[in-house]
Amino acid sequence: MVDRMMGCVAAAQKLCEAVSPGGTVPALRRFLVVVLLVLGMQPAIAAEGMAQPVGDPLVEARVNKLAEELRCLTCMGQSIADSQSSFSTDMKREIRAMIVAGKNDKEIMEFMVQRYGDFVLYRPPVKSTTWVLWGGPFLFLILSLVFLMLKLRKRRGQNATELTASEHQQAVELLGKREVDRP
Amino acid sequence: MRRFLFPLVIFIVLVVFLAAGLRLNPREVPSPLIGKQVPTFRLAQLHAGDKFISAEDMRGKVWLLNVWASWCVSCRQEHPVLIDLQKQNKIAIIGLNYKDERAAAMTWLTQHGGDPYLVSAVDADGRVGIDFGVYGVPETFLIDKNGVIRYKHIGPVTAEALKTKILPLAEELARG
Repeated sequence: MVDRMMGCVAAAQKLCEAVSPGGTVPALRRFLVVVLLVLGMQPAIAAEGMAQPVGDPLVEARVNKLAEELRCLTCMGQSIADSQSSFSTDMKREIRAMIVAGKNDKEIMEFMVQRYGDFVLYRPPVKSTTWVLWGGPFLFLILSLVFLMLKLRKRRGQNATELTASEHQQAVELLGKREVDRP
Repeated sequence: MRRFLFPLVIFIVLVVFLAAGLRLNPREVPSPLIGKQVPTFRLAQLHAGDKFISAEDMRGKVWLLNVWASWCVSCRQEHPVLIDLQKQNKIAIIGLNYKDERAAAMTWLTQHGGDPYLVSAVDADGRVGIDFGVYGVPETFLIDKNGVIRYKHIGPVTAEALKTKILPLAEELARG
């Protein structure tokens, strides 16, 4: 796919050369032509990476469901289902082959984990190496709540100063001689 | 003064975490295969299509399995390092020619300074690569006498990596 894209870029540059030999087309415009042509090629580039669909829609649905749960290791932040890289295409092919061979979902996931580790899973199992990942946010939440509570309690303690009798008298006067409960 | 101490500590901890995160390479995923038996494979040889190579053939030796392809750009970077290593005659390198075409692979070797591999295995559809957990080329595995994977290097092998990690470990494995 990258080769194809580089091919597009080269073709666009050639086109610029042909339109204006010796490079009189300003660099910016030349760049825009390249960008537009490469963008124009997107559907073709995408189609090339597509996995070839197999007849059975049930199989395809299972392939997709499993592929959603697996991380594409060559592309950052994409699942195998979303990605059309050659890695993901191969993975989908393997998943499809295993489904056709009658393997269940658990066996297929195990196949992937044995080769690529827990990192390949979007929902890794909770174990000694991953508890921080799962428990970390909750730990932070609890710690922050404890911190907040301590802070609030301390503040309340500071404000609740006892009034002297004369201060209380003053307050009563300021409040318009209404009946005020003594603390 | 003490009012600022606590936020400052949190800030420093955050900076340390982020700085450490920046240094990590997200493409280097630890392999679960370290310490496990090398996956079994039996593949045709690159230079002699009627002959085969399997992991069993290398039993009793410490060897490197280097995953390469003619379409792989960073393989060009590591190729001179591998040729240099082969000249030193310290360790056998087996190539895994991954998702490549035979003719293209052979031409690539002659064009890029020779063939550092004892044998290259042809993994045209990449199935053996998947068994090895390959997701990027080049990758290199160090395998001991009993066929256990001891180390995985992701990305081009450098002279530095050979000197500091791969060769010392290989020597240790050869002795033990």
